[in-house]
Amino acid sequence: MRPSLDKTILFIAASLPALALLWLLPTGGLGVNPIREGMHYTGDWAIRLLILALAITPAAKVSGAKKLFRYRRMIGLFAFFYGLLHVFTYVVLDHFFDAETIIKDIAKRPFITIGMGVFLILLALAVTSTNKMVRRLGARRWQALHRLVYAAGIGTAVHFTLSVKKDITEPLIYSAIIATLLLARLLLRYELLPRLSLRSS
Amino acid sequence: MLIRIRRAGDVRESEITPEGLYLSRRHFLAGGAAAALGLSMNPARAETALRALGPLRKSGFSATEERTPYEAVTSYNNFYEFGLDKEDPAANAHTLKPRPWSLRVEGEVMRPQTLEVDDLIAKTPLEERIYRLRCVEAWSMVVPWVGFPLSSLLKRVEPTGKAKYVAFETLHDPKQMPGQNKEALEWPYREGLRLDEAMHPLAILAVGLYGRVLPNQNGAPIRLVVPWKYGFKSIKSIVRIRLTERQPRTAWNVAAPDEYGFYANVNPDVDHPRWSQAKERRIGDFFRRDTLMFNGYGDEVAQLYSGMNLRRYF
Ligand code: HEM
Repeated sequence: MRPSLDKTILFIAASLPALALLWLLPTGGLGVNPIREGMHYTGDWAIRLLILALAITPAAKVSGAKKLFRYRRMIGLFAFFYGLLHVFTYVVLDHFFDAETIIKDIAKRPFITIGMGVFLILLALAVTSTNKMVRRLGARRWQALHRLVYAAGIGTAVHFTLSVKKDITEPLIYSAIIATLLLARLLLRYELLPRLSLRSS
Repeated sequence: MLIRIRRAGDVRESEITPEGLYLSRRHFLAGGAAAALGLSMNPARAETALRALGPLRKSGFSATEERTPYEAVTSYNNFYEFGLDKEDPAANAHTLKPRPWSLRVEGEVMRPQTLEVDDLIAKTPLEERIYRLRCVEAWSMVVPWVGFPLSSLLKRVEPTGKAKYVAFETLHDPKQMPGQNKEALEWPYREGLRLDEAMHPLAILAVGLYGRVLPNQNGAPIRLVVPWKYGFKSIKSIVRIRLTERQPRTAWNVAAPDEYGFYANVNPDVDHPRWSQAKERRIGDFFRRDTLMFNGYGDEVAQLYSGMNLRRYF
C-alpha cells in the first residue's frame, strides 16, 4: 500500500526536529555543552508531540473532523521517538551507561522516577500500537491500556516542572495545555461540550 | 569603546595565547566547532576588543590542566541579571557599563573605603591564576583568571575584632541589568564568606581572564573567585563588600535553602536533590570525570573545615 500524501507530509514534518539535530550537532548549534542542551531539546519535542497526540481526540470530537484520527497513531509514535532520543541522551551521552548513577537517580530523584514512568508508558503504548496488537488485546483492553496516555501527559508536566532550577513559567504553560486537554476530554465524556460531530455524522 | 594603550609591561597577545585560538583537537566536536563559529561570525566579541592587563605574575596555585577555550568561557555563563539561559549573558550584557566603577568596602572595618576599580587595577600587582571552576550544575571549566588575593584588600581596610564574615553585593540597576526586572532571585545578588575563608590565599578578586579585562558576561569589572566552592559563590560585578558579625544572606540560599547552602563547598559526596555531584562534565569533554573534594583544592583549604559536618553545612 502506498502511503498517502497527507501522512507522508506529517511524517516528514515530525521528523524535522530530529533531522535538525544532524545539522545542529556538527555546527555547534547546541552550544558548548551540547549534551545538556540535547536533553532539553529532545525533552521539549517529546512533550510537544505528546500534547499534539493528546489533542487529536478532543479536537476531532469537537470539530467533527474525524479525519484527524488517522494521524493519532503516527503522532503518538513520534512522541515516543523523541522520548527515546531523550532517554538515549541521558543514558548514553550524559552518563555513558554509568549504571550506579542512573539507578540512584531513578530511585532517589522524584523527577527522574516520574520521567522513567512516563517513558515506560510510552514504550508500552508504542509496542501495542499496531492493528495486530489491537486485535490481540481486544478493543476493550487495548483502550484501557491506551488511556495511560493521560497519565503520561500529567507525568511529563510534573517531570518538566520539577526539573527546572528557577522560573517555572515554561513548564506551567505546558502543564496548563495538558490540563485543558484532559478537561476537554472529561467534558466530552459527560456530554458537557458541544460536539459538532453529531451534526456531521 | 575601549582604547588600547600598550604599556611597556604589557603582555603581548602572542604570549597569552600560545595556541592561537585556544582550540585543540581534544575538544569535543561541537564545543570546538561552536568556538570556531563564534569567533568567525562574531569578531566584536573576540577578546582582542578588550584591554590587555599586565604585567602578570605567575602563581604557584595555578592548575596545569588544559584551559577551556576563551569562546566557551565567555559564551556559557550563569548570570541571571542578564537572563536565565546560559547564552543570555553573552548576548545581553552589553548594557552593563563597567567603567568607571566604584567598589565600596565597609562594615566592621577601621578604614572603610570607596575604590575606583581601574585605579585599583593600576596600583595592584596582578597575578594569573588558572583555576578549575565547578558549577553546581555539574559542569566545569578551567579559567585563567587575572586578579589579586582578596586578603590584600581586606587587610587594607583593617577588619575590627567583630568582623566574622564578608558580605558581597552585585550592582543593583535594572537599566544596566535588565534581568533584575524579573524576580528570578532576590536582587541585588548577594554572596558571603566566613572571614577565614575570605582571607585564604586561594580566594581572589578577579579583574580579567585570558590576560585581558573581564568581559561583561563574566562579571566585569571585578568579581570574586573562590575555586573550592560551587560557581554561584563567585559573585560577579561587585559594588559592595561589607564585613559583618553575622552570617550574611546569600542569593541562592534564600531562593532554595534545601538546595544551596551558605558554604557550598564542592563535595562529590553530597548530592544536589535533583542530581548527583559525584561527577562533572568538563566543557569540551564527552565523558564525565570524577568531581574532587573541594574541587581538588583540599590540601589548601580542608583545614578551614576541620571538625565540621560538611553534610549539614553543605
Ligand atoms: C528515564 C526517563 C527520563 C529521564 C531520566 C529524564 C531526564 C531528564 C533530565 C535529566 C532533564 C533535564 C534537567 C536539566 O538538566 O535541566 C529532563 C528534562 C525534560 N524531560 Fe525528561 N527524562 C525522562 C523521560 C522523559 C519523557 C518520557 C519525557 C516526555 C515525554 C520527558 C520530557 C522532558 C522535558 C519536557 C524536559 C524539560 C526540557 C527543558 O527544560 O526544556 N522526559 N529530563
